Amino acid sequence: MKKQGSDSKPAPVLPALPEPLKDLKIKYTKIFINNEWHDSVSGKKFEVFNPANEEKICEVEEGDKTDVDKAVKAARKAFELGSPWRTMDASERGRLLNKLADLVERDRLILATMEAIDGGKLFSTAYLMDLGACIKTLHYCAGWADKIHGRTVPMDGNFFTFTRHEPIGVCGQIIPWNFPLVMFIWKIAPALCCGNTVVVKPAEQTPLTALYMGSLIKEAGFPPGVVNIVPGFGPTAGAAISHHMDVDKVAFTGSTEVGKLIKEAAGKSNLKRVTLELGGKSPNIIFADADLDTAVEFAHIGLFYHQGQCCIAGSRIFVEEPIYDEFVRRSIERAKKYTLGNPLLPGVQQGPQIDKEQFQKILELIESGKKEGAKLECGGGPWGDKGYFIQPTVFSNVTDDMRIAKEEIFGPVQQIMKFNTIDEVIKRANNTTYGLAAAVFTKDIDKALTFAAALQAGTVWVNCYSAMSAQCPFGGFKMSGNGREMGEYGLHEYTEVKTVTIKIPQKNS
Amino acid sequence: GENTVRSSLRGAGGGSGVPLPRPGLALRLNAGLLFSLQIFINNEWHDAVSKKTFPSINPATGEVICQVAEGDKADVDKAVKAAKAAFQLGSPWRRMDASHRGKLLNRLADLIERDRAYLAALETLDNGKPYSVSYLVDLDMVVKCLRYFAGWSDKFHGKTIPLDGDFFCYTRHEPVGVCGQIIPWNFPLLMQAWKLGPALATGNVVVMKVAEQTPLSALYVANLIKEAGFPPGVVNIIPGYGPTAGAAISSHMDIDKVAFTGSTEVGHLIQKAAAESNLKRVTLELGGKSPNIIMSDADMDWAVDQAHFALFFNQGQCCCAGSRTYVQEDIYHEFVERSVEKAKSRVVGNPFDFKTEQGPQVDEEQFKKILGYISTGKREGAKLLCGGNPAADRGYFIQPTVFGDVQDSMTIAREEIFGPVMQILKFRTIEEVIERANDSKYGLAAAVFTKDLDKANYVSQGLRAGTVWINCYDVFGAQAPFGGYKASGNGRELGEYGLEAYVEVKNVSIPLSTDFPTLCCSSRLYLCLLV
Repeated sequence: MKKQGSDSKPAPVLPALPEPLKDLKIKYTKIFINNEWHDSVSGKKFEVFNPANEEKICEVEEGDKTDVDKAVKAARKAFELGSPWRTMDASERGRLLNKLADLVERDRLILATMEAIDGGKLFSTAYLMDLGACIKTLHYCAGWADKIHGRTVPMDGNFFTFTRHEPIGVCGQIIPWNFPLVMFIWKIAPALCCGNTVVVKPAEQTPLTALYMGSLIKEAGFPPGVVNIVPGFGPTAGAAISHHMDVDKVAFTGSTEVGKLIKEAAGKSNLKRVTLELGGKSPNIIFADADLDTAVEFAHIGLFYHQGQCCIAGSRIFVEEPIYDEFVRRSIERAKKYTLGNPLLPGVQQGPQIDKEQFQKILELIESGKKEGAKLECGGGPWGDKGYFIQPTVFSNVTDDMRIAKEEIFGPVQQIMKFNTIDEVIKRANNTTYGLAAAVFTKDIDKALTFAAALQAGTVWVNCYSAMSAQCPFGGFKMSGNGREMGEYGLHEYTEVKTVTIKIPQKNS
Repeated sequence: GENTVRSSLRGAGGGSGVPLPRPGLALRLNAGLLFSLQIFINNEWHDAVSKKTFPSINPATGEVICQVAEGDKADVDKAVKAAKAAFQLGSPWRRMDASHRGKLLNRLADLIERDRAYLAALETLDNGKPYSVSYLVDLDMVVKCLRYFAGWSDKFHGKTIPLDGDFFCYTRHEPVGVCGQIIPWNFPLLMQAWKLGPALATGNVVVMKVAEQTPLSALYVANLIKEAGFPPGVVNIIPGYGPTAGAAISSHMDIDKVAFTGSTEVGHLIQKAAAESNLKRVTLELGGKSPNIIMSDADMDWAVDQAHFALFFNQGQCCCAGSRTYVQEDIYHEFVERSVEKAKSRVVGNPFDFKTEQGPQVDEEQFKKILGYISTGKREGAKLLCGGNPAADRGYFIQPTVFGDVQDSMTIAREEIFGPVMQILKFRTIEEVIERANDSKYGLAAAVFTKDLDKANYVSQGLRAGTVWINCYDVFGAQAPFGGYKASGNGRELGEYGLEAYVEVKNVSIPLSTDFPTLCCSSRLYLCLLV
């Protein structure tokens, strides 16, 4: 199709990719409360590993219930009426967030290197994608800080009514290991632009970049107690947050299994507000009329991106019957092109899985696929003799009842299924407890819009996959979660609406 | 609105504008002449699967009005199946124009208006609230609520979004699906409208459990829903008990959302059940212990009048009741004196009598619980200034009761009484009273009476409550959102805000070019993988 204007695309606004830092020092390994660094009350520490070589990077203070209590007290104090944070201009909150974005940009190379070493993430991805998203998200939320409008309400009777969108209070935020820094920013940025205070628990596998952010938050000038970071484990520190009687809201990104525990804990304790971003088994539907090259590439990246460790991974690929064989053939070819290895090295396209537990779980699911009769087209085993690497794996002839078609694998394992009719594939795509994302590839506008409406998912991509940015709301239907993050919608989850009604002598329109 | 409430009470005395309730209503109900007392599923009437029934009691006499089918898990399952079928892609309800959903809601409002006198009488018979109030306040608000949401049905806009890169991106606000709705007995018809209005305007289907104390008016409305032309299965109504039918809804694997209005205790159970089952969305409107702050510069007559109304309205059976009246020290004695005078003059009696301002409490359990709180208040040292006892030989009537010298630590100052029992507390400074007002697990409503704009703004911003009234109380309108901070609930009902709880936001992104390298380049996605 002819595009309007010049054919030469504007050069992408991307920084050149530097070399990762050779001598990365880990300075921040303690608990961050009140803008100060604390040892854990119990004196305990835990080890953090590099998943590419299974070597220990450092030890980090292990927070549990008593540390969470300390952090919540600090956050509560920072949220008191009349505190510096509560009396701060909304525009100043925005300025602080922009400042934080600038500091992240300044230290981009440090943070990207740290993310790659701690999370097994490709350095190039960490530097360009993850850090780029972090900086943009901070700027985006900074802009909202003084634009979260209440409304005046045309109330019946002689009254003047308005709403205030007030911060909820102390927000507990529990974040995952697959995008440690991006998820950290996704959580704190909307919370802070709305004026909340936060207690963040980063994942025990990947606490380093979050702790580094603690130092930048202090440097940016956020008042003490506004952001508190407690590294630790889910059953101790995480549970303490979700059960806490003085935490007003909990936001969690992670597995559906843990999401249920968190909502239950909120119900048992103080009815804190709950938002959840959980697992998925997202369908990716390829029609015979789609551009095959594009579809194969997006289907491939939609699954294999970051070693398959994405909640949105397109892990059920439904391909229309006439192009099924060709699609499978090309997908195998694409998967075989991979270079695995040290994620810090240029040219490497796939790093290790995050840890031994995930590594073993993925291999077990691959075995189940073979046993249940799916056809293993390539990969299917570990790679290398060190680190948690798994070969890019493609299964064809997958049927809906197989475990690999139902359970979230969270690894580089692609399932390709066949379908015949539109009605059939809608039904099959929706036949899951999950509803996070979905995609359809077609050139036909009727099909595209039919699927955009019919798929039970919080995000639908048409002729693309994984396109996300700070302006777009993200979240799940069904058991993929409650609530939305990002976009204007994401702000609703961090405010309480207060209706104020005042008697007036006489109303005039 | 407040004007309506006030004029209704005046109107009740004069008898102007309110038609007489129909005589012999109870008798005709017993004969089963007017409408069915069964379970409403798929626009049809069903006996309970178990064949069980339960009695609905007239709280003014303690007598049985009639037997009603008792739904439990098996009936909830049936209703959910019907609702799910009505929500299937391609169903009449899913394919209906949004504007037509609005038309149906407006038609329902018309039908309720047509049968207003009957419904008001039914509400009074079953719940005990004065007929004049049912007719003028409850029914008025029901009709307005449905019309308000009718207007929203084709106006809850998604957005188009300036996504980075060469993409076209938009959101759709889609219905959540099968919504379980569990409603209370204090405003049976109004709570039904608050629940149905936003759910239906946004295209959901509903399985509603009505309170076992007050199932009658909701079942009558079921007839009107059918008459209005809602497709079968869109609204299903089950009379029954919380631990059976209510629990079946909140733990159901095929219900996508549950909305509950009732006690905080049960709210905990519902959120837990949602978590243990399928992570259904939860909105809760729960209890309160709302502070009403009277500054010494307030208009004294008006403040006394409103503080009385704030607590005693609807026999004190309001979640937002102003049940902690904080009065500034220098006007405390006069305020107490006048409040007692006002309480003593409150007319308690037959709710069908136009002179009556206060009817019976809803049932024996509540009646006993309230009397228990009154004796606790006396035992803990609060000063009983008037009332304190049952007000009649039969029926669940309680005298308007006022306690002075109440301390924050007393049970009657901390727990929700849900009866005609007023607590008056003394304060000195504005900082002190904000701290004391906020020292509660609840955060539903609050009010301040003052002529000083600075005080009004300071207090309204400092209070942790979902609704703040300034120089007024219990002012409601379908336009204004309502809901709680803290353990008073999750989410908001009414207003545009109330629609949010009934939609899933779907984000759709489409590239403006499907040429892959161009797309990658322009969107800067995956570029790192290609280098």
